[in-house]
Amino acid sequence: MKKTKLFSYVDKGTIIHKLSGLTKLICFLLLSFASMFTYDVRVLLILLAISLIISYIAKFPFRRYKIVFIYFLVFILFNFFLNFLLAPGYGEELFGTRHVIFVINDYFTLTWEQMFYQFAKLIKYLCIMPLGLMFFFTIDPSEFASSLNGIKVPYKACTVFALALRYFPDIQRDFTNINLAQQARGIDTSKKASLKQRIVSISKILLPLVFSTLDRVELISNAMELRGYGKAKSRTWYSYRHLVKRDHIAIAVCILIFVTVLFMRYFVVKDLFWNPFI
Amino acid sequence: MKEPIIEFKDFSFRYYAQKKPTLKHIDLTINKGEKVLIVGLSGSGKSTLGNCLNGLIPFRYEGEITGSCKIKGRETKDLSIAELSKTVGTVLQDSDGQFVGLNVGEDIAFALENDNVPLEKMRPKVKEIAKMVDMEDYLKSSPMELSGGQKQRVALAGVLIDEVEILLFDEPLANLDPATGKTAIALIDDLQKKIDSTVIIIEHRLEDVLYRHVDRIILVSDGEIILDGDPDEVLASDVLRDHGIREPLYVSAAKFAGVKITPDMHPSSIDEFSLKDEDRAKILAWAKSHMETKVKDEDILLEGRDLRFSYDGIKTIIDGISFDVKKGEMFAIIGKNGAGKSTLSKLLVGFEREDSGTIYLENRDIKDDTIYERGKEIGIVLQNPNQMICNTMIYDEVAYGLKNGGVKEEEIKERVEETLKICGLYEMRNWPISALSYGQKKRVTIASILVMRPKIIILDEPTAGQDYRHYTEIMEFLERLNDAGQTIIMITHDMHLMLEYCDRCITIVDGKIYYEGLPSKALVDEKITEKANLKMTSLYDLAKIVGMSPDDFTQSYINAERSMRHEKD
Repeated sequence: MKKTKLFSYVDKGTIIHKLSGLTKLICFLLLSFASMFTYDVRVLLILLAISLIISYIAKFPFRRYKIVFIYFLVFILFNFFLNFLLAPGYGEELFGTRHVIFVINDYFTLTWEQMFYQFAKLIKYLCIMPLGLMFFFTIDPSEFASSLNGIKVPYKACTVFALALRYFPDIQRDFTNINLAQQARGIDTSKKASLKQRIVSISKILLPLVFSTLDRVELISNAMELRGYGKAKSRTWYSYRHLVKRDHIAIAVCILIFVTVLFMRYFVVKDLFWNPFI
Repeated sequence: MKEPIIEFKDFSFRYYAQKKPTLKHIDLTINKGEKVLIVGLSGSGKSTLGNCLNGLIPFRYEGEITGSCKIKGRETKDLSIAELSKTVGTVLQDSDGQFVGLNVGEDIAFALENDNVPLEKMRPKVKEIAKMVDMEDYLKSSPMELSGGQKQRVALAGVLIDEVEILLFDEPLANLDPATGKTAIALIDDLQKKIDSTVIIIEHRLEDVLYRHVDRIILVSDGEIILDGDPDEVLASDVLRDHGIREPLYVSAAKFAGVKITPDMHPSSIDEFSLKDEDRAKILAWAKSHMETKVKDEDILLEGRDLRFSYDGIKTIIDGISFDVKKGEMFAIIGKNGAGKSTLSKLLVGFEREDSGTIYLENRDIKDDTIYERGKEIGIVLQNPNQMICNTMIYDEVAYGLKNGGVKEEEIKERVEETLKICGLYEMRNWPISALSYGQKKRVTIASILVMRPKIIILDEPTAGQDYRHYTEIMEFLERLNDAGQTIIMITHDMHLMLEYCDRCITIVDGKIYYEGLPSKALVDEKITEKANLKMTSLYDLAKIVGMSPDDFTQSYINAERSMRHEKD
């Protein structure tokens, strides 16, 4: 029960929530691409600040997503460490200078250049992470399909996505029921059983799950077809929200940010990295 | 005046996957504005007939057609599902599964979305239609927040929005509790009068549909139309009963008592049912001769004391329930959806753990038993057999629980074969499960629990979606088990089931026990039926007519029914 609540949509009525789903999708894509296109620490820091400000405006419940953040931080720190282990000299190569912090041996030498490079990478991840979470947190799931369709994703693919959201809790409930009924007949999926035993047990749960899901699929596709689904080349969406002034402004701002970042990257710095060492 | 809207002429249909035709030489005309009830057993072809109207046949389920089926003068096989959906609106049986939107508004709008109706026209239209089915305050609600009855209203709105001329209901009552079913029938009737459409209801719960007037009853059996006539004429004959369809209770009571029913007595409605004085006397005398009741007075097997439970710590689901089940009893837990009856059964088998209170099995506190240990003592059979079956062969499926428990191979064989014999599955033991019908699968799941020799079997809605013949088959099988000493607990909102088969029941309302005792008393008490979303049986009205106390009369009916069943064996 509690698990399904983690990613549920709550309309908090902030300006961010009020934006149309299509706007959110476009802005999300623009800002994430912007942060992917550059390693310039100055730009990245500004982007990070922007994404944090947006999260703040949207009243993003950081506390509820604590566990997600912890997983994410563990992941990027691990990545940070691995980066150093696999290519400790990459920073030097990039910036062309060598400012040693300390030496472990010939291969593992920690330099400021390496640190700076890895720091830039870390900020990049940190930028995208809240943006992505925010996007899922503030978009009305039923609007999502219409937004995807809005950026020219074929409507059948969009419906598949919406249906997945619609039926996921049902299938999850089926799974719980099946799992418990099997346990009552002596299947052990707990950690007490050996791995091999657990795999066999889980497969026994999957069979009834597949069958009951297939029943459901037949029913759903009948129900949809009986109401004229799939006959036309396009469709409209009840949950679609027309773009209004604030949407145009938001998109314009994001385009501006995106273009500025590209401009900095190709015309001002003319390099992937901003080099403070020269 | 009479303008035909649906015309079958010598129509036959055979699914490509089957050898024999499912529908044979159907000749049927339904006129504009008529309300028609189609009855028949599962597999009789009544659903196939419905699917011929909405185009699922032949466009989705392919097969060979001979003869003609015209809707509004056009051959259906020359149209498409999408075109037909503009004339025939279908409300399917499973109101949850057909809810394709993420909220009510979206689901109602679905047909308009597919028609590329612009948003400006769509929104007001959705609101207008939602108002017709009293759902305008729920446009933003998700299906999880709605009751079964509300979801059905949404499904109905979803087809009404297409301004269809024919409304087709495929077993609209199957997933509803009796009170909600009654409201649904009233809603369909009121809507028909308002929008002047043709209504076709496919259903085997005859008495519940007859709560409002229908113009014709059509009986389908073995792919053919056996009977097509005025409800009063149909009920006066015995054809329905001979074809495995349950008559309204008051009609069968009168027939049991030896009253000759004629169409001019208006047997199709309890309110208009007229009985002569001598018929009343006959019924009264018959009822008085079946008064004696045997009460099972055995030791207590299972006992719950002051059970409390909540899923989230905020909303209490089980709020201080105490009850006991005696050895050898057929015990029913009843109550409306969400009252806590399924949760209570989950506590009993250990799927959920009570927050406080104690469960005793033969005076032993079973708090520390694992799910498996409990499963050996208290077995549970889920409603949907597809959720339980995890092997491909019948023998393996039944043996499964024993194998997991490390029982010796010879003993497994012996116990499985014995159980299969009891369940009437022995001849099929080497069959694949996929070859079985729904009712047979149900029996396999019961066998797979029975083989563990539990002291108690809990069945969740054992007869849901079953027609009268299969219902009787399952229930008589359970009754035989019960007669052999098996204690059975059933969770149900099927009134006939509890009335005819259960010794005792508890009614749960808002997590508390509201009534405990004989089912015959529960179903003639207005307060109890209202609280539990049941409905008063028509025996109540008949008892009033003949001048006997309703609970005595109901009990007499049950006794008479049971003794007739036993004579048959």
